[in-house]
Amino acid sequence: MIRAALKSLLGRKVRLLLSTFAIVLGVAFVAGSLIFSDTLNRSFTALFASTVGDVVVRPENAGTGDGAPSTVTIPASVVADLAEVPGAARADGNVVSFGVFVVGKDGKVVSGFGPPAIGGSWSDAPAGHGLEGLAIVTGRAPEGPDEVVLDSRTVSRAGYHLGEKVTIIPSTTLATERRSDGPVDVKPLTPRLVGFVGFPSGGSLNGATYAAFDTPTAQDLFLGGKDEFNDIWVTAEAGVSQGELRDEVEKVLPDGLEAITGDDAADESASQLMKAVSFLTTFLLIFAGISLVVGAFLIVNTFSILVAQRSRELALLRALGASRRQVTWSVQLEAFVLGVVGSTLGLGFGVLLALGIRALFSNFGLDLSGQPLIFAPRTFIASYAVGIVVTMAAAWMPARRTARIAPVQALRDDVALPEATLRRRLVAGILLVLAGLGVLYLGLFSDLPHGGWQTGGGILAILLGVAAASPVIARPFLLVTRATYARVFGSVGNLAGQNALRNPRRTAATASALMIGLALACTMAIVGDSAKASVDKSIEDNFVGDYVVSNVIGTGFTPAIGNQMARIEGVDRVVRERFAGAERDGDRLPVAAVDPADVPSLQLEVTDGDPGGLGSDRVLLQRSWAEDEGLGVGDEITVEMPAGERTYAVGGVFEDNPVVLTPVLLSLDDYAAAGFPESDNALIVFTDDRRGIRLQLDDVVADLPIVTVKDQAEFAQEQREPIDQFVLMIFALLGLALVIAVLGIVNTLALSVIERTREVGLLRAIGLSRRQLRVMIRLESVVIALLGALLGVGLGIGFGIALMYAVRDQGLEVISVPTGQLVVFLLLSVVIGVLAAVFPARRAARLDVLQAIATE
Amino acid sequence: MTEAPSTSPAAARVRNLTKTYGTGQALVRALDDVSLDLLAGEFTAVMGPSGSGKSTLMHCCAALDRADSGSVFIGDQDLTRLKDKALTTLRRDQIGFVFQSFNLVPTLTAEENIKLPMSIAGRRPDGGWYDSVIDTVGLRDRLSHKPSELSGGQQQRVAVARALASRPRIVFADEPTGNLDSRSGAEVLELLRRSVDDHGQTVVMVTHDPVAASYTDRVVFLADGRVVDELREPTRERVLDVMNRMAEQTAS
Repeated sequence: MIRAALKSLLGRKVRLLLSTFAIVLGVAFVAGSLIFSDTLNRSFTALFASTVGDVVVRPENAGTGDGAPSTVTIPASVVADLAEVPGAARADGNVVSFGVFVVGKDGKVVSGFGPPAIGGSWSDAPAGHGLEGLAIVTGRAPEGPDEVVLDSRTVSRAGYHLGEKVTIIPSTTLATERRSDGPVDVKPLTPRLVGFVGFPSGGSLNGATYAAFDTPTAQDLFLGGKDEFNDIWVTAEAGVSQGELRDEVEKVLPDGLEAITGDDAADESASQLMKAVSFLTTFLLIFAGISLVVGAFLIVNTFSILVAQRSRELALLRALGASRRQVTWSVQLEAFVLGVVGSTLGLGFGVLLALGIRALFSNFGLDLSGQPLIFAPRTFIASYAVGIVVTMAAAWMPARRTARIAPVQALRDDVALPEATLRRRLVAGILLVLAGLGVLYLGLFSDLPHGGWQTGGGILAILLGVAAASPVIARPFLLVTRATYARVFGSVGNLAGQNALRNPRRTAATASALMIGLALACTMAIVGDSAKASVDKSIEDNFVGDYVVSNVIGTGFTPAIGNQMARIEGVDRVVRERFAGAERDGDRLPVAAVDPADVPSLQLEVTDGDPGGLGSDRVLLQRSWAEDEGLGVGDEITVEMPAGERTYAVGGVFEDNPVVLTPVLLSLDDYAAAGFPESDNALIVFTDDRRGIRLQLDDVVADLPIVTVKDQAEFAQEQREPIDQFVLMIFALLGLALVIAVLGIVNTLALSVIERTREVGLLRAIGLSRRQLRVMIRLESVVIALLGALLGVGLGIGFGIALMYAVRDQGLEVISVPTGQLVVFLLLSVVIGVLAAVFPARRAARLDVLQAIATE
Repeated sequence: MTEAPSTSPAAARVRNLTKTYGTGQALVRALDDVSLDLLAGEFTAVMGPSGSGKSTLMHCCAALDRADSGSVFIGDQDLTRLKDKALTTLRRDQIGFVFQSFNLVPTLTAEENIKLPMSIAGRRPDGGWYDSVIDTVGLRDRLSHKPSELSGGQQQRVAVARALASRPRIVFADEPTGNLDSRSGAEVLELLRRSVDDHGQTVVMVTHDPVAASYTDRVVFLADGRVVDELREPTRERVLDVMNRMAEQTAS
């Protein structure tokens, strides 16, 4: 029996390969995302191991605030004290600041906006465990206010050479250049490049840029000129462990500071970064799921057709004494082998995929090229388990059907597999859809904690239910197309329509694969379009002032820009907005800050309390968030800030709007007191609209490629761009699901052509031309594709509207259905149909008429 | 080689047709310089033992297969000079087929099957002729049935009706009774006979069966790729005689 199963596998290599493709793709996604996240994990941990000392002393709560350094600092005297601690070889104070951008020779910021742009003081302190930390690899250490060292990779990306002046834009200004009313100089720094730094041990900065000055200059730049530090590294003497040293350090530590071992600090940093990129692996796994679900349809179909074609052979095996179980298991064995082959190929492609993502990341500045890929055992286990289980589960139904073949059928001329009635499928499908609707409703409209799971599960159940019921649902459509085809294309059209009707299960299952891909694409199209429409609408409704100065991801920039703009004649007011991440009850809580005097200009709709309720430990809350948290005017809210825990009174509640997007709005003074750095994230400029004012504003930021001046239309455009990019990225991945679906159609048609070889021969013999034959197959293919597209677009519209309806109170109030795009999807499906028919049609047209007629 | 005395013009002419399969030791001469006229308005049977080349001859005449040399004329057209497209058109417009089995498209009704060659060509059937064909076949009440709802004999009668409906110059039948019981077979043969007698149709049939051959006007015997004998107004007995003689010759 086993030999018979394997022989039959080998005899159908190409057909099986086609159906394996989906398994390969699904497993590739699983393997790729696992390999990549393991690699990332290792790489980050390794990276941070050489960026921490044996013991790191820092202000408490320094871990909050998105990892940006707190403005709470440590006096220099502590460094000297710590150097005297028993077991300590030395102690070094460090100045660290983020948002210190290096501008390349081409005038563009190096690194983009992904990985951090780090600035700080140069120190030759060794990293933990005696590791060599960052070291000067070329040149020398910086001395004085006009010298800087950069990491080698940034140097090469920026195109600088040793001894040249480099352009650096810090988000703060030199304290020594401040005037009494605040910083005014927005000119970038242009220190001389005196050295390159790097990890002699081979580590990499993963795409971060690093610019270091000597300690006094760094203190002047980043700490307002005080002789203080952001953190201190204490290096252990030989034989002293990190834990022992930390205990010693803790004994002498002043209040408000904490000491942690280098290992803990590295883990902490790594896991923060991992969290930031984990969306990607989640994303990949979701698409692995989609690919496998779509692929399962293909396998069900392929095996159904193969089993049908082989029913005579299987009946013969039964006649020769094989038991039902043996026949069924011979089919399952084929599925198993297919699963193994598919998983193995998938693993291989997964490695390529991981390499691809790594390359993609380095494009975005996160350079991991120094890190070898990590293959954890779980990657292999998960890949094979997923591939084999999905294949065997999908083959299970067709395999079970073989058991119903009676041995006597081996003797008959025409063997038809007994088909169960479609009624059971219809009932099962409807039940599944109803269950899916229920779960989807729970996911969207209830307050259950894991709404995402219910939403996804509901959508999946509905898709599967519709797929199960589709042979019945599809019938009216197939009848109508047959009639239309017959009218338009004559008998060729009639034949094509009849062929699609001949086996509605097969047609519907093939179409279902396309349906799933298109349903998700439509959902995304609607979500994306609605999001853009909502952005447009809310910007239109709420845009205040004349210009916005910012960058798209909200990186901080020096307050000097605002100061200088405020001096331009014709500028009435410059409203500064700052935002950052704090924590509340362990969850991230974004906070924003403005000057209380600017609240009226922002036209915030304060519906509870009053607009003056901002300032001196009083905050305003965003309506939707306040409602979720059950907070109102007069309540108190406690937030973990870089400078420690703070409690604020709720002074008012404002309506959701795109000017202040965060749940909590503080005054600028409270914000600074909470330990956030003094840099602006957005400016809103009010002018008297005089001619040329735009040019003057542009002029202020001309040297600062990190920010731009935008009017309302440009701002809206900038806000829409990330949505477009996101939707495009999802389309690209869904494109893969469409490829699987196309392969499904190719596979079904190719198998159908083989199945109908004799009929094709007959048609050719009685005068059907090759061209007509190709048209016939193409038309059949288009029916399948159109059926899938109609079901998919229909479901997609439903899902999209449901999703948008569910989030309509979260600032996405416009539901927009991109009709044009949906029409394009339908047209695309016709193209897909035509393309999918190319290979099977050519194959059918090439059949030798005589041989075809003689085929059994 | 025997040239039949002809009163009517030939519907198809075969001249020096040769076709071989394989090479060297394994070389098989399926057709060895065959020349033959198939007369219009006649019912001709082609007989011969397995491997005698009778099927190859029919396939070549019916534009389904190509010979190595020689020519086949249907009317004035030399098939051996036509490209695939022209051959397809010729099959569609001038040739009718009845095969041994699997003759109908399973998705189409009997009526749709009958009209298929014409509708492929985009022609409308000639109303009077179509009606008389349906009457001849005697299937008027079954026209809306799918092939799976018809008996084997009925299916083959539908196939004959399809072959006749487009008024082809010549109908080729490849063992049309091979899969039928004797009663159904007789019905199909009667049908072919009547189409010749009543409508002057030209029919060529390949068969093993002396009884089937007895329905024809003329029997051509093939052996080893050559025409070896011929009978006019055959009866079952005369056909058997020739067959036995041929068997003895092969044995000796």
